[in-house]
Amino acid sequence: MSFYEEYKKFSSDGFLSFFNELEDKDIRCVLSKSRLSNLDYLALLSPRAEKYLEEMAQKAHRLTLQHFGRTIQLFTPLYLSNYCVNSCVYCGFQVHNKLVRKKLSPDEVNAEAQIIAGTGLKHILILTGESRKHSPVTYIKDCTSVLKKYFTSIAIEVYPLSEQEYADLVRIGVDSLTMYQEAYNEQVYLAMHPAGPKRDYQFRLDAPERACRAGIRSVNLGALLGLHDWRTEAFFTGLHADYLQNNYPDVEVSISPPRMRPHLGGFTPPVAVSDKNLVQYILAFRLFMPRGGITVSTRENPQLREDLIKLGVTKMSAGSCTAVGGRTEPAESTGQFDISDERDVAAMTGVIYSHGYQPVFKDWQTI
Amino acid sequence: MYDTLVIGGQEVASRLFLGTGKFASNSMIPELVNVSGARVVTVAIRRVDPDYPEENVANYIPAGCIQMPNTSGARNAREAVRIAKLGRAAGCGNWVKIEVIADNRYLLPDNYETIKATEELAADGFVVLPYISPDLMAARKLEEVGAAAVMPLGAPIGTNRGLKTKELIKILIEEISLPVIVDAGIGRPSQAAEAMEMGAAAVLVNTAIATAKDPLAMARAFGQAVEAGRTAFLANPGEVFEYARASSPLTGFLRNE
Repeated sequence: MSFYEEYKKFSSDGFLSFFNELEDKDIRCVLSKSRLSNLDYLALLSPRAEKYLEEMAQKAHRLTLQHFGRTIQLFTPLYLSNYCVNSCVYCGFQVHNKLVRKKLSPDEVNAEAQIIAGTGLKHILILTGESRKHSPVTYIKDCTSVLKKYFTSIAIEVYPLSEQEYADLVRIGVDSLTMYQEAYNEQVYLAMHPAGPKRDYQFRLDAPERACRAGIRSVNLGALLGLHDWRTEAFFTGLHADYLQNNYPDVEVSISPPRMRPHLGGFTPPVAVSDKNLVQYILAFRLFMPRGGITVSTRENPQLREDLIKLGVTKMSAGSCTAVGGRTEPAESTGQFDISDERDVAAMTGVIYSHGYQPVFKDWQTI
Repeated sequence: MYDTLVIGGQEVASRLFLGTGKFASNSMIPELVNVSGARVVTVAIRRVDPDYPEENVANYIPAGCIQMPNTSGARNAREAVRIAKLGRAAGCGNWVKIEVIADNRYLLPDNYETIKATEELAADGFVVLPYISPDLMAARKLEEVGAAAVMPLGAPIGTNRGLKTKELIKILIEEISLPVIVDAGIGRPSQAAEAMEMGAAAVLVNTAIATAKDPLAMARAFGQAVEAGRTAFLANPGEVFEYARASSPLTGFLRNE
């Protein structure tokens, strides 16, 4: 099986004519449904649906309360290595950028872990640049072993692995996978990834499914918003999430809607994605997959993050740092991108409570 | 009249069980327990964090309550057993609500895996309360393998839709000697009262209280409804007739000749 077959069923020309043919009554009809089809979801992502944002928000809020309650799960990223062999035009870690390359030793991982654990968080997301030479799977395993002493849930955001490699990581305690396809549009993807192993579109696209087959508990998907038309990218992200949920019903599926942020290299995103666009995406996804998780990272600004709490978000990062070893040696390393919400875990905890929600520090334990 | 609920040899003072997964703050739990009268409070072991007392849900359960950890997150019997044992090791006691869910769209329980987990945990000394789809054969099997009660769903978790499985729950109440506790789906105090009038031993509520505008008032209402429903059940409600039965008959003037 492959989501690629689903992807190929849609041509980008079709989106425009679909959007142009939509009438207000079509949007109202979708809003009255309890189970949405793929095309219903696409209708909610359309320009026509923009004037129904408030109705979508009310329904998204109700559905999120029903399924998740007044809770927001917190986690934080830990960058293990910024060595990378790819030439992704939009990324601060890409091979041609001049920056201090660094990889944490097990002792350094331990030091960073202690600082993070001191905040009370029990969920951690570990990241590496894409270099099998500098951060091989054995390295990820070693780091996982260190982190298991401090955290009950360990997620990975690394280069795509084989099914067997995912199974090995699951066996030693990795329970979640984040894999951004970056751009679902294949032509755009190839343009954004001119060289390096990441250029293999389909190997990356199928990575979440390989992880599902390998027994991962949860997967988090996303397109990097700004690389291509956001409506179609949001559509394919949702479609991908729905495909995985249908085929792997025991896996917890969630999405992230990350927008491009400034970083070393100064790439200007070809597409602007406004706050309004982001909100429409989040609301449409919530109505499409009422039990799907939605993660909003510290890429977004503090006020917007707070405003999004009631619109369907279920997970947030806090106390983030995108530089390798940036918590123990703040001045040493360059981050992958600039974060926008710099509040620490204690501050985010207070903010979430002030909005009538409970921050959840621990929501899974590797078993 | 002395009416008491006994589960696993322990007397339970209230027939309203309270779930804790969806509240705006754990600090609400003591007051919710207080106003509702609930004495059995569920906690998800996945959320129990002994290392961090401030955010550890288990620390907010008032003394005098029975803590009932659940195995939320388990996708099969093996995981449920493991989670239950982790909970006991973390000091959560030996009551456990088995949740085995491998369907993330509707969160419907897997009865087969639930039976396997129940058998293993009951044999290991746990007081096991399995969450199930209301199926008589599954309930009988659970009784056979040592469950302390059965917890059929009234409607899918979190839906507040009420007793959609009413006819099946009725069958369980009639046929199973274990307490039947309606879990999931109850959205209104009237629905809780209806379950109790039917003869349910107890009801478990979380979403209906957590999503109410005033959770404390709703918790109080659920406590009252459960009590009223139980009292009505014990009062043995009168027969239901299809046509009106006048208290002042129109043909009363006719006498036997």
